[in-house]
Amino acid sequence: MTPSPRAQIVDWATEIYEDLEFTVVREWLDAQPGRKAAGFLPVYAPKEVIHAAGMLPVGIHGNGAIEIIRGDAYYQSYICHLPRSVVELAESNRLDFLSAALFPSTCDVIRNLSGMWQIMFPDMYVRYMHLPQVADPVLGAQFWQRELNVIREGLGQVAGTTVGDDQLRASIGIYNEVREVIGQLYALRSKQPWKVPTEELYLLMRAGEVVAPEVFMDQARAYLAAAENSDERIKDRTRVIIVGSFCEQPPLGLIKTIERAGCYIVDDDFLAGNRFMTKAVPTAGDPAANLATTFTSSAVKTSVLYEPDPKGKKSLMQERAAAARADGIIFCAASFCDPALLDRPMLREGAEAAGIPCIAFKFAENSGQFQQFREQAGTFSDSIKLWGDAS
Amino acid sequence: MSDKEMRNAQKDESMIIQKEMIAEHYKRLERAPETKEPVVYTFVPGNLTELIRSFGCLPVLPEINALQSGMRGKSREYIAEAEKRGHSEDVCTYVKCDIGMAMAGNIGPTGTKLPKPDLLLLSYTGCYTFMKWFELLREEYDCPCVFLHVPYQGEGEIEPEHREYMVKQIKDEVIPALEKISGNKYDEEALKERLRLSVQAEDDLVWVLQSAMQKPSPIDAYFGAVYYVGPIFSAFRGTEEGVNYYKALRREVQGRLDAGLGPVAPKGPMAEEKYRIVVEGPPNWTHFREFWQMFADEGAVVVASTYSKVGGTYDFGFRHNPDDPLGTMGDYCAGCYTNHNLPGRIDMLCQYLKDYEADGFLINSVKSCNSFSAGQLMMLREVEKRTGLPGGFIESDLVDPRYFSAANIKNRLESYFQMVEARRSSSAQKGMSA
Ligand code: SF4
Ligand code: SF4
Repeated sequence: MTPSPRAQIVDWATEIYEDLEFTVVREWLDAQPGRKAAGFLPVYAPKEVIHAAGMLPVGIHGNGAIEIIRGDAYYQSYICHLPRSVVELAESNRLDFLSAALFPSTCDVIRNLSGMWQIMFPDMYVRYMHLPQVADPVLGAQFWQRELNVIREGLGQVAGTTVGDDQLRASIGIYNEVREVIGQLYALRSKQPWKVPTEELYLLMRAGEVVAPEVFMDQARAYLAAAENSDERIKDRTRVIIVGSFCEQPPLGLIKTIERAGCYIVDDDFLAGNRFMTKAVPTAGDPAANLATTFTSSAVKTSVLYEPDPKGKKSLMQERAAAARADGIIFCAASFCDPALLDRPMLREGAEAAGIPCIAFKFAENSGQFQQFREQAGTFSDSIKLWGDAS
Repeated sequence: MSDKEMRNAQKDESMIIQKEMIAEHYKRLERAPETKEPVVYTFVPGNLTELIRSFGCLPVLPEINALQSGMRGKSREYIAEAEKRGHSEDVCTYVKCDIGMAMAGNIGPTGTKLPKPDLLLLSYTGCYTFMKWFELLREEYDCPCVFLHVPYQGEGEIEPEHREYMVKQIKDEVIPALEKISGNKYDEEALKERLRLSVQAEDDLVWVLQSAMQKPSPIDAYFGAVYYVGPIFSAFRGTEEGVNYYKALRREVQGRLDAGLGPVAPKGPMAEEKYRIVVEGPPNWTHFREFWQMFADEGAVVVASTYSKVGGTYDFGFRHNPDDPLGTMGDYCAGCYTNHNLPGRIDMLCQYLKDYEADGFLINSVKSCNSFSAGQLMMLREVEKRTGLPGGFIESDLVDPRYFSAANIKNRLESYFQMVEARRSSSAQKGMSA
């Protein structure tokens, strides 16, 4: 029997997700002479600028399935897992297709990895990107605009071109569409999570990190249409938000486990970079200025950016739970992840003060045992159901 | 006066001065709620002490309180308290120690109560955790927080636009915040005067640190330097007391140099300088003296360290420039050690090994600190490759005593010094046969 179009899309995404050799990227590069790819580390990178330089933006999100042979020689046991799998990918030449790499100011591990990259790949264009952190959006936007233009010039040189305003505007237009379709998928999942299992959504998003945006959009739109028409029935499950997995990614098995333990994931911050700006970027006018002001005026509230509002951390979980109509929050951070773990007490206190049930656990991208997560998530879901019935 | 008496008298002079300065500062802090002197909490890297003081405000450095809690044996209970309140065992123990201390009544290192901050000056310099630390303290104290974004030297230099960005923030955000809490107007002349005082102290500090180029070194530039950098990294840059302290310290070190003496370790003066070592990474504070003595027992003197540069890399030439007060503060912040990229940190270590004619280097990798620790294994290999000198790697933590295994560290140090010895004899043999 031929798999349904939806199953075909999920198979396509799964194959990409499981492929440690980045075959889709290599095929894209081979399809036309002179093509180049630029990698970026989590969380946020301006893919528009990479795309406008004619390069393929490739998300480097580590990989829990890869056997770590060399990576452990670079990191002490008390550092999260992501950088060791990234180094493993690099040291085993699996990233040898990269002509450039961008390291956003997510945390000190990624920051220091930028310097390691400079040493490991002295001929590669490597740029540490300072996301604007200041409370003043005008100053922040000016700063970020200049950073964007530096990257634009640097990537242009790598690509052997000058990235003109028109090219950048066109790329902004394409990524506005990408953001829109991702927004629609997330909205559908939030509304009818039984139609969009997070396992599938995640795989699709993950494929979107390494394929050309046009390819991703075709698949995402087809998936959306199929999901909307799905006749899957609602089940008695608890609606939860997963918080804290914005950088190192949980293994797919963990996502499946949470859902199978009786939860619908109705919001999350997996691969948060693809939803970092919550508004479309204007396409008329100075494109770098537009990217910058959209960033400072609409960046999602996250652990990697300073929160100028003193009440912001406390109210964030309540806002997110209300927007997603969630029953509870699962704080699910990578072990040793400073941003997620330092934020957690503030976020959790705010959630609990608002009467939102919470649990917390830690994972590593290579965690292989899910029993404890199943039990925790199952008990959590059951208790919310009971509690809900009692109230 | 005998030689020994003279040495003790000299040693005592700088230590007494420092002790008195600190005691007086903490007394002032304790009285601040009555005297209404505004209190500003800020961090060691990227501290704007001269500016803070020019408004008549008193600085408090939470890292210093945390390390002092570690030294006084208090950190274990503070950390446990914070972990009980939901802070993860995986994150920086300075933060947890500070939060635990606040919960236990905020009694500072000299036994006096620390006042609440009137302002948190979040100088975001060289460490991600700083951002979270002050977001957490803001919740604790419910006070304003002003953010100064100091761009990292990702390209190995301070980019002019980044400098401008810092100056704008100091002008438009930091100064108005200080004006507001102090009720005083920004006084550029007063700031310049303080910066002039800073330069004097900076010159003397560099002289002291570089005295370790002599053989034998009169100082220990890691364990000993922790005391030497105390005043300049904390509340006393840009003050007369700071200047006097560094003058006294310089005199004292000059005395030791003239007498051909080595440093004084916890159990007394070091008899012999057997190994000259460069150290990367912060020390452990819970077993500070024991840790230091392990080096001393081996005859190892630290001649240069990167930790003593977290509050400024003056030995590479930076001095505050009174003629450009805001720009120079930007340069200062961006130049602090952990704001340098990894290749820059490697260069610095190689330079120290050469300039100080060291026998090798050690990395003390602390669990708490991703800013320092992530990438140190690569630094180890790169520095070894570039200098041919032996590197050693030990692991501990800053203020969490659970992560200091004395036996383990001692073993590692012993093996390391054996390796240095072996290298030495093999190069001596090569030299003889050549
Ligand atoms: S998982 Fe956390 S600590 Fe690790 S690289 Fe990502 S943000 Fe940094
Ligand atoms: S992470 Fe490191 S630099 Fe940052 S506060 Fe902790 S010890 Fe200091």
